[in-house]
Amino acid sequence: MIAHAFFFYFFSFIAVVSAIMVTVSKNTVHSVFFLILDFISISSLFIMIGAEFLGMIMLIVYVGAVAVLFLFVVMMLNVAKQKNTWFKSSTNSAHIPIGLLVSIIIFFEVIIVIGGWKYKPELSNKIVVSDITNTHSIGNVLYTDYIHLFQLSGMVLLVAMIGAIVLTFRKREGIRRQSYFKQLSRERNDGVSLVNVKSHQGVKIDD
Amino acid sequence: MDYFYTLILETYKILFLLLPLLTAVAMIVWLDRRVWAFVQKRKGPNVVGPFGLFQSLADALKYIFKEIIIPASSNKIVFILAPITTMTLALISWAVIPFSEDFVLANINVGILYLFAISSLGVYGIIMGGWASNSKYPFLGAIRSAAQMVSYEVSIGVIIINVLLCVGSLNLTDIVLAQDKVWFVIPLFPMFVIFFISALAETNRPPFDLPEAEAELVAGYQTEYSGMMYAMFWLGEYANILLMCAMGSILFLGGWLSPISIYPFNLVPPALWFIIKILFLFILFALVKAIVPRYRYDQLMKLGWKIFLPFSLIWVVLTAGFLLYFDLLPKV
Repeated sequence: MIAHAFFFYFFSFIAVVSAIMVTVSKNTVHSVFFLILDFISISSLFIMIGAEFLGMIMLIVYVGAVAVLFLFVVMMLNVAKQKNTWFKSSTNSAHIPIGLLVSIIIFFEVIIVIGGWKYKPELSNKIVVSDITNTHSIGNVLYTDYIHLFQLSGMVLLVAMIGAIVLTFRKREGIRRQSYFKQLSRERNDGVSLVNVKSHQGVKIDD
Repeated sequence: MDYFYTLILETYKILFLLLPLLTAVAMIVWLDRRVWAFVQKRKGPNVVGPFGLFQSLADALKYIFKEIIIPASSNKIVFILAPITTMTLALISWAVIPFSEDFVLANINVGILYLFAISSLGVYGIIMGGWASNSKYPFLGAIRSAAQMVSYEVSIGVIIINVLLCVGSLNLTDIVLAQDKVWFVIPLFPMFVIFFISALAETNRPPFDLPEAEAELVAGYQTEYSGMMYAMFWLGEYANILLMCAMGSILFLGGWLSPISIYPFNLVPPALWFIIKILFLFILFALVKAIVPRYRYDQLMKLGWKIFLPFSLIWVVLTAGFLLYFDLLPKV
């Protein structure tokens, strides 16, 4: 049990420190790297309480897909100019009160939740029903009791995706597109024609 | 004292897996070059040692003694972290690979998800290397690679769902044991083909080696790397290729199971069958490298998103419908 507690505090320490570093670090790409570290340590915490399915899905979805897209966008910014200058410039200080308000609200919410918090190693034995894996137990409730909520959240994501595509898609005129069928169904007669050229008269192309 | 004993035992097990693996990676590079050469009617590396077997060791020795050059304008920490990340991620995924029924380092419940998660993390090494180099070609290579690997992961995920529908478990040992009667390559043959092609794209192998297309991008994300750091990228890449071959043989070719379970085939140790299957897939990888020309970038994206993804999704529906109709769904 000592090892368990040790690893719990190890991963949660990394999680908290990297979460702080996300907001503090000057370079935006470094922020995303710290965010990834945060996700990874949180998924390790999930695995430690016996929720290995959630931990792995967290890795696949957040680290493998979402953070890659974050990084993809952030990387496009100029590397040399990536210095945060929030507190120095006076022009965009109007955002600070709103940010403070939101963070104070979140802080008190977290305080309320954490008020009754205690590290409970015996909890991991209670959550996991021993005879089936937790993948099975999630599957059992997700596709029976909560099927409508599950489908509904899928719908919300679908609508968001279609919205993003509609907003950014524009059809450009005058660009050449490759059509495999057209290309492969092209016969010799479509491209080549044999012409018997008469002397001193030449041949007229494109008539 | 108990912890100490466990620690020693686990370290021993890890070294027992890791050292043969690293040797295998070195040998596989030699095999790759030989197969490639034979297709093109060349000799390939045949000077160092018998049949040129020690060529990779000589190369590694050369890399170790070369100077590591870190570009002045690079982001140094991330630049050094990138090859380490690639190498580590390529090696830790081998922890869950079952070589036989009882010869596996960590027999975890969600083995296939672990493999999938680690292989989806593999893109970070490349992105980090490309970004931290702070140079044009590595950056373009990194962007290409990020888009490519994310696209083909989606189809690999859907293919894995196909297999899982037939197995009913995420454990790799269970997946292999479910193929006792018939290997999944027979009922799911189209999925095996798509998995093979997606694995080529996922490991940046030709014909999908656009991140390091030498005609356009010098060496892509590896351009600024030299010495041992380059060698680590290179080792990680080949360890990933081996991993993809292992994953293919577990998912479709029945892992360590022998093709026919009768007398002379039973004598061969299970781990050897597994290695033979990995080598078979790897030789296919090497042949593809020699035979197929490089894809254009828009063709690559079109293949991933417009052909593989819809096709494998339709196959999921087909598989699920078939299993449900004939009441073949695995019982929990």
